[in-house]
Amino acid sequence: MTDSALAHEHAHPGVKAYVLVAVILFTLTALEVLAFEIVDRGSPAGLAAVLAPVVVAVLLVLSAAKFALVAMFYMHLKQDSTLFSGLFVFPIFVAAILIAALLAMFSYMLSLF
Amino acid sequence: MSHDTAHALHPPTTTGLDNRKLAIWTFIGSEVMFFSALIGTYLVYKGKSVVGPFPHEEWTSPTGEHFEHIFEIPLVTFGTAVLLFSSFFVVLALAGAQRGNRKMLIGWLSATVVAGLFFVGMQVYEFSHFMDKGLGYTTNLFGSTFYTLTGFHGAHVTVGLIWLGTLLILSLRGKIPPEKALNLELAALYWHFVDVVWIVIFPVVYLMK
Amino acid sequence: MATSAVEHAAPDAPAAHSKTGVWSWITTVDHKRIGIMYGVSAFVFFMFGGLEALLLRIQLGSADNTFLSPDVYNQLFTMHGTTMIFLGVMPLSAMFFNFMIPLQIGARDVVFPRLNSFSFWMFLVGAIVLNVSFLFNAAPNAGWFGYANLTETQYSPGLNTDFWVIGLMALGVASLAAAVNFFVTIINMRAPGMRLLRMPMFVWMSFITQVLLLLAFPIITVALIFLMADRYFGANFFQPDANGDPMLWQHLFWIFGHPEVYILILPPFGIVSEILPVFSRKPLFGYAAMVFSGAFIAVLGFGVWSHHMFATGMGPIADASFGLLTLLIAIPTGVKIFNWIGTIWGGSLQMKTPMYFALGFIAMFIIGGLSGIMHAAVPADLQQTDTYFVVAHFHYVLFGGSIFALLAGAYYWMPKMFGFMLNERIGKIQFWLMFIGFNITFFPMHFLGLHGMPRRVYTYPEGLGFEFWNLIETAGSMLLGFSFLVFIWNIWLSKRAGVAAPADPWDGATLEWSIPSPPQEFNFAEIPTVHARDPLWEQKRSQGRPLPEPPRVSGEGIHLPNPSVKPLITALGIGVFFTGFLLGSPWPIPASLTINLPVVLIGFAMTAYGILSWAFEPA
Repeated sequence: MTDSALAHEHAHPGVKAYVLVAVILFTLTALEVLAFEIVDRGSPAGLAAVLAPVVVAVLLVLSAAKFALVAMFYMHLKQDSTLFSGLFVFPIFVAAILIAALLAMFSYMLSLF
Repeated sequence: MSHDTAHALHPPTTTGLDNRKLAIWTFIGSEVMFFSALIGTYLVYKGKSVVGPFPHEEWTSPTGEHFEHIFEIPLVTFGTAVLLFSSFFVVLALAGAQRGNRKMLIGWLSATVVAGLFFVGMQVYEFSHFMDKGLGYTTNLFGSTFYTLTGFHGAHVTVGLIWLGTLLILSLRGKIPPEKALNLELAALYWHFVDVVWIVIFPVVYLMK
Repeated sequence: MATSAVEHAAPDAPAAHSKTGVWSWITTVDHKRIGIMYGVSAFVFFMFGGLEALLLRIQLGSADNTFLSPDVYNQLFTMHGTTMIFLGVMPLSAMFFNFMIPLQIGARDVVFPRLNSFSFWMFLVGAIVLNVSFLFNAAPNAGWFGYANLTETQYSPGLNTDFWVIGLMALGVASLAAAVNFFVTIINMRAPGMRLLRMPMFVWMSFITQVLLLLAFPIITVALIFLMADRYFGANFFQPDANGDPMLWQHLFWIFGHPEVYILILPPFGIVSEILPVFSRKPLFGYAAMVFSGAFIAVLGFGVWSHHMFATGMGPIADASFGLLTLLIAIPTGVKIFNWIGTIWGGSLQMKTPMYFALGFIAMFIIGGLSGIMHAAVPADLQQTDTYFVVAHFHYVLFGGSIFALLAGAYYWMPKMFGFMLNERIGKIQFWLMFIGFNITFFPMHFLGLHGMPRRVYTYPEGLGFEFWNLIETAGSMLLGFSFLVFIWNIWLSKRAGVAAPADPWDGATLEWSIPSPPQEFNFAEIPTVHARDPLWEQKRSQGRPLPEPPRVSGEGIHLPNPSVKPLITALGIGVFFTGFLLGSPWPIPASLTINLPVVLIGFAMTAYGILSWAFEPA
């Protein structure tokens, strides 16, 4: 056990990497809020016009990036067994399909009224 | 001690992966479905409330009552940042535990718990504030789905806090030596999971109109 | 009980904890004892469910019958379905998971023995909550599917649906805990050399079942939370006036519900895949194809839920997609059926009782599978929905499938579990009674369904042509019920006769037959090393003769987990917590509070105490 604990420690990224990830997470969160605020206030008008149609996609991408950073570095999936990654990613994959199917079906039903 | 003996007596695992770590990952996989069902429902019902108040728009009822929009982005952004930082704190606490650096362990674990408490406090304040603004649990679909989703997330944060708090007490008594760092790693994995759920909830619920 | 005397008389048996008495069962963490407790309680509930079915059949035996009132009929058909699924077939499979998975993979126990004990007690709590409702004349009465908004307060004001919601939540906790446990056990506790593609097929199918449990149960939990929120706290999830959509319940329920039917059938698939090779004296045909078809069925199981909802009007695209995906499931299922036939093809068949039930399973399951394919065709399904044709279909897969296979498993493994052989003659008599009774009961339902007899309706008027077949079915159901009395009689008689089971009565292929019957507490004195898919056959082949009867050894020095009462305390705590939701508020104010807060808090405290003391208790 001690051996594998040591092996773990060596495998885990150092404090520097953790700090870097924290900074990126914070920045991405700021970008999310910024994107929201620009569209919400409609200013600067030019940027808001460009952003408005894609803001949902932008938010999803930013959030996925944050999600991946936490999972890979803080949850150590980058170093740990791929089995753990599988246990996490497979349900996400199933759930994403289910949610997409549900949204599609409910929007269809809505279109009938 | 009991932990050590248990490991000495149990044969090594087939995959070489620790049983408890595999179990917590399995549980997290299951929790993904739990939160997906909650988030999916929020999305299906998004914008379908018959009456206000609404998340982003103000609303005047037929009787002339006026309601402000509900969400307060600065407040929740602050809470989000605090929760993100708590994830950062707990990896440092874990690194401390693995290196046998007691000061690092106790310091960052305390910081994690404080940040977690802050987040729960933010949510309690937010809920009562929203209630004051006229959004009850039964008011409309938005109220039901919003409080259920974020409430269950808050309940998970609370469970994580109890878990981490117990470990903090243990670490203060010197009971988390490096060979038992796994005890903290399990709690940390759960904590990060709760954090990534919020990473999804924050834009999907608060920022998408 | 002669055989258990042998066990107790084992010299120098570890005397650390007492092995007899009620307390030893309450605190046991031994997977074998937990398995037996699952089996016994599941069989009792299964008999309840059967009794409910017989009452329903008496009511339907003649036109315009008044034997049961419509309300009692509703309670009985709801509890019949709920019981058979959650308290019958699932825990009967859990009995075999518990008893057989560690033995088949060469482990001394499951990975988390106390969690295993918790799962059982939690299951019992949920089962009792569901059934205690009868004492209040408030058994669940809205169908096992609990369709909202029929289950909302305005249409189901009584406690009936509350019992259902809370019972299922408790059972969900039990299933999830067990699923995590068995998932990790199968991944991490295999004997050296047992690679994934050397695992017995029962272990494989159980493994896939755990994945389904892990992914499907959270969905029903969420749906139940929504329903509870609506009923208790006035939320709007399924309230049409607030634009809440009852369709959401149906979607969430069936996203759970369809994987659930594979949870009910995959372990039986595994059981049959164990029995056919042993009694055909041939290895399983197409092992890898069996594994991957099982996995494929599981994955597809998450993509076909809406075929339960064709009649709700989801639109042509959804109908076509779900119909197509449903048809696809016929492929891996067909692969399995052909492989079973391939296994017995050219084999030297040993027609013992387990083999009878296994062959009966194949035949009956094919009928149920074919009518399932008919449901995949949307226009046909629209005619069949809510008729007895559907009832016929799912009884052919659940009874003709799951129950036949579970009985095959019982006849196959009970000598190992209890150490005595079951009477072959009575076993075969039971098979024929069951087989004939089953077909008389359920085959005519196809005709009645196509003639338009609706399901879930407590009676039918004269002159529609339903009387004849219904009477036949009722007679058949009595025969079917009688066949289970024969089963009990067989166990009683065989136990009294006490023909001791050798370690390997069937010339088995898998590791459980390498140890004494019943197994000693530590299962394996020495953890075996596996070199083949049929490790025991390989060993016998390499030695060129049958293996000697394994001796009972002292097992000194083998570490076994300590017994614990903490799992029971935790399960009871959760039970008390949930009971608070059924008792109603002790105070008139606030009027909106529909739960008993003190009881809920006591339950919460008990649960917290249980978990914390568990965490700090040496294992």
